[in-house]
Amino acid sequence: MNDWPLLSLVTFLPLAGAAFILVLNGAEEAVARNARWAALWTSIVVFVLSLGIWFGFDRSSAEMQFVERHAWIPGYGIGYHVGVDGISAPFVLLSTFLTPLCILASWHVEKRVREYMVAFLVLETFMVGTFVALDIVLFYVFFEAVLIPMFLIIGVWGGARRVYSAFKFFLYTLLGSVLMLIAMLAMYWQTETTNIVELMDYDFPPQMQMWLWLAFFASFAVKMPMWPVHTWLPDAHVEAPTAGSVILAGVLLKMGGYGMIRFSLPMFPDASEYFTPLVFALSIVAVIYTSLVALVQEDMKKLIAYSSVAHMGFVTLGLFAGNRQGVEGAMFQMLSHGVVSGALFLCVGVIYDRLHTREIARYGGLVHRMPAYAAVFMVFTMASVGLPGTSGFVGEFLVLTGTFQASTWAAALASTGVILGAAYMLYLYRRVVFGKLVKDDLKDMPDLDWREKIVFAPLVIATLWMGIQPKPVLDMMGPTVQAVVDRYEGERGYRNHATVPAPAAQAALRTEVSR
Amino acid sequence: MYSAAVLLPLLGFLIAGAALASSLPKETKERVAQYATTGCVGLAALLSLVIFHQVGIQGQTRTVELFTWIDSGAFVANWAFKYDALSATMLCVVTIVSSMVHLYSIGYMAEDKCIPRFMAYLSLFTFFMLMLVTADNFVQMFFGWEGVGLASYLLIGFWYEKDSANEASIKAFLVNRVGDFGFALGIFGVFLLFGSVQFDQIFAAVPQYAEAKIEFLGGQFHALTALCLLLFVGACGKSAQLFLHTWLPDAMEGPTPVSALIHAATMVTAGVFMVCRLSPMFEYAPTALAVVTVVGASTALFAASVGLVQNDIKRVIAYSTCSQLGYMFFAAGVSAYSAAMFHLTTHAFFKALLFLSAGSVIHALHHEQDMRKMGGEVWSKIKITYAMMWIGSLALAGMGIPWIKIGFAGFYSKDIIMEAAWGAHSGVGQYAFWLGLAAATMTAFYSWRLIFMSFHKAPQTDHHAVDHAHESPVTMLIPLFVLAFGALFSGMGLYYLFVGDGREAFWGSAIVDLKDSIHHAHEAPHWIPPLLVAVGLAGIGIAYGLYIKNPTKPAKIAADNKGLYEFLLNKWYFDELYDRLFVRPSFAIGRFLWKRGDGTVIDGMGPDAIAAGTVLLAKRAGRLQTGYVYHYAFAMLIGIVALATWYILRTGR
Repeated sequence: MNDWPLLSLVTFLPLAGAAFILVLNGAEEAVARNARWAALWTSIVVFVLSLGIWFGFDRSSAEMQFVERHAWIPGYGIGYHVGVDGISAPFVLLSTFLTPLCILASWHVEKRVREYMVAFLVLETFMVGTFVALDIVLFYVFFEAVLIPMFLIIGVWGGARRVYSAFKFFLYTLLGSVLMLIAMLAMYWQTETTNIVELMDYDFPPQMQMWLWLAFFASFAVKMPMWPVHTWLPDAHVEAPTAGSVILAGVLLKMGGYGMIRFSLPMFPDASEYFTPLVFALSIVAVIYTSLVALVQEDMKKLIAYSSVAHMGFVTLGLFAGNRQGVEGAMFQMLSHGVVSGALFLCVGVIYDRLHTREIARYGGLVHRMPAYAAVFMVFTMASVGLPGTSGFVGEFLVLTGTFQASTWAAALASTGVILGAAYMLYLYRRVVFGKLVKDDLKDMPDLDWREKIVFAPLVIATLWMGIQPKPVLDMMGPTVQAVVDRYEGERGYRNHATVPAPAAQAALRTEVSR
Repeated sequence: MYSAAVLLPLLGFLIAGAALASSLPKETKERVAQYATTGCVGLAALLSLVIFHQVGIQGQTRTVELFTWIDSGAFVANWAFKYDALSATMLCVVTIVSSMVHLYSIGYMAEDKCIPRFMAYLSLFTFFMLMLVTADNFVQMFFGWEGVGLASYLLIGFWYEKDSANEASIKAFLVNRVGDFGFALGIFGVFLLFGSVQFDQIFAAVPQYAEAKIEFLGGQFHALTALCLLLFVGACGKSAQLFLHTWLPDAMEGPTPVSALIHAATMVTAGVFMVCRLSPMFEYAPTALAVVTVVGASTALFAASVGLVQNDIKRVIAYSTCSQLGYMFFAAGVSAYSAAMFHLTTHAFFKALLFLSAGSVIHALHHEQDMRKMGGEVWSKIKITYAMMWIGSLALAGMGIPWIKIGFAGFYSKDIIMEAAWGAHSGVGQYAFWLGLAAATMTAFYSWRLIFMSFHKAPQTDHHAVDHAHESPVTMLIPLFVLAFGALFSGMGLYYLFVGDGREAFWGSAIVDLKDSIHHAHEAPHWIPPLLVAVGLAGIGIAYGLYIKNPTKPAKIAADNKGLYEFLLNKWYFDELYDRLFVRPSFAIGRFLWKRGDGTVIDGMGPDAIAAGTVLLAKRAGRLQTGYVYHYAFAMLIGIVALATWYILRTGR
């Protein structure tokens, strides 16, 4: 198995598919049809291949696996160096899992079908590449390249204000990345290596850590997005086509969190500890502030976009709690959010396709005409709310357990987000799905068709499976997370807030009450 | 068998769900759903009785582990079923009441257009409730806890075209979430302190941590007190205790079988169960126990006082439930956990009976719930229902003959609770005793007010409904008989095991009571039982005087005490208060943050400003490009001078 370049295959096969689609010719109709099927089959094959990572992964190891290494720019020691560990492997799988569903969900895109499918396949290559890259230059190339297809997807196939949103998205994220690039150059001058694995073991001087941390944080915070650099997200989501929103929420937002756990925590532990209060403060503001904002949204996509910011607030909270439950919970929360928020955007897409509006007030009483849709939407609403038994619960609960050990204030304040989250999601669901069916144009809305059911089925299964039996996923990341946490705690010394004095009270209490 | 008891209702839910999604004819779907769910839960009830015998009576406690659920470092939670006297008792209560409610629903919901969905939800609820009571760790308990919340939400809003039902269901979910917020923080604290979420490990370690301190929100607190209080917030939410009670009356928007099962007999008692389950922790947190006592006693009186004036038949019973839960809590608060469990069990029977009887009345009167529109000697048309209502009310009021110690179920359980409150010999115990006594009078009053108003007095508006009243079908009557049997004999039959001489052998290690409060209860003065019966009779007498003898009097009293009457009728204005304090401000703040925070401040000073600035800069820069070579040369010169100056200054140092 290991002599197969599995990761390269998974990374570059979509690119090959894209190339194939580009050379298709014939009548426009036929090209469009062939492009759809070619894209679907490519992405399915990629997903099946990526299952090799799931089954072949050694769950007892914290080391990089499936490693491939070739010289690329030998003069500077820059290499084509890829591999996965417990932190990156789940994200690779998330990307390959969501892509075929996105393509299937976009079956009825009519405008420039060939280019659309190419954009998605190229996007998949870049996403997977970002997660498997073990060379800082390679990482940067993929990390930035992701912006291009996404920019096009929003800018070409988006809604009415797509150009404004696309530029806002691009400029925001690019601004952060520039600082990251400078920081990467500084790291190279300091260490003379671009190897991420070596960098993770290098002890940067504390003063330098501060600057590097801030530069990386600028990039990752925008990607997450954290408050107050989150305002690009609602705009981007609103204008993006449905599948674009799914990838944006499902995978692209996770790159910030992945970056923090791959770079910030292990490479700059002193700075991470120093800035923890800042991150906690921003996260808590994000959770409460954006939840309240979500409550008053009139546009479905905006509401879910704001809820994403709130959920990502939990992620940063857990990461910087810096203990096993916090970091593992944050990882799980990201995976769960990838599935659930992606699914929620698809839910919006289903009714948007039928009525061409995202305005909540235009709906109401859909359950009468669309019971299957109502059931599916309910599952994801509950997962978003963090109901135990769904994937949303596991991440959220572990994050808060971890955060409570680091700061009871942070945990208590963030937990209010659990109440607010229920408020805005149930309020949304009630306005869209429940109530009397009075509006005329809703009266002949068809329920989910076969294609839509096929898109939702894997997502429902994933949501429940990760909620009831999350152990295989947790086991996959366990050793790596433990290694990250051990290194982090080793650097800063473990603190525990509970103090347990010598217990002499038990006997005393017993004698007192036993008459 | 031990796993099947819990998992059968889930199977029923899945079958009903599959039937609903299938393309079978409507009739078939309905039959499949009804038979599958009722059969599964009925079978679970039979298994529960066997389990109760093996675990409770023969003392074979055990834990069945299925598989690991969450595993993150020291944080390990399994899917497991823990069987001891506590969970076996709950198992029986839940499955018996649930199977009766399933059966009843076949008749009650016969004309509904979505029967399979209803049956599926009922079974789903039962499954979650069983997961809650059989949990062997905090996280699974939380799973069941939120799961029953989901089922409650779905069932309250079952008639989703009704706006009031939708609002009530969201309210129930959110108020419960506020409670769960405390519960969750409690679990985080437990994990921080004990490094585990497993009950057995934690309970074994509690004595070592009796004096431990925990840092919470900047202060140092006695750890177990802080944790128990946080967990109790969760119990208050689920069991509708004071300040978090507002959702329960509104929950009556759901179909009546739901009210009987979820909002009377089972789910709302989860809070009481939780305190009993955690008795090894609460016993080392006396302050927390005092809080439990005060909150319970206050709720008992508060809810009874509101129940006095309500006009909706179901809301009267809902407030009664709230009040009776208060009794259970103050019993637990004075460490009489077994008395709390005893009352929980008897209450499940007679309260479910009352609700289902009320449902039978509502069914007979074509969905009329307002007691002011009932009456008209309707009792003669629905005699069985009428008799059932009497049995339920007598059990609720705790009627019996104190000298020979024979009575209805509530007679035994309320007695032991009041005696335990007295026997605690503490300030909070006395507080609970006297409030409980006052609430007992009110209980009897509103119960017979309900009977007299709905069955006897002259109908005020709608003769039509009363004239066409009819007795319910047999599927609805059988459950009434079974529950009436419980209301008659569960007190007598379970007394010995629960609070009598057999209690220590029965409960074993499931309940920890360091003070032996039941022993003290048995030494309480002998005038307590007769007094309780006397105040109950007084309440009945007052109701008789006001609603049969002198039917114009109530309106006059209400008019004379308008302020008090309005205060009670409007439930002490809790809803209005919360609306102003929490609901409206949340929306206002949200709107402000969105428009001003995101719009004006962040976007206005961030991206939009940068964009505008860039455009401006580009224009300026454009103006600089004049096209004259000497302008450029001059600019270059300035640049060179500046660079050179900087370089010299820097190296010169």
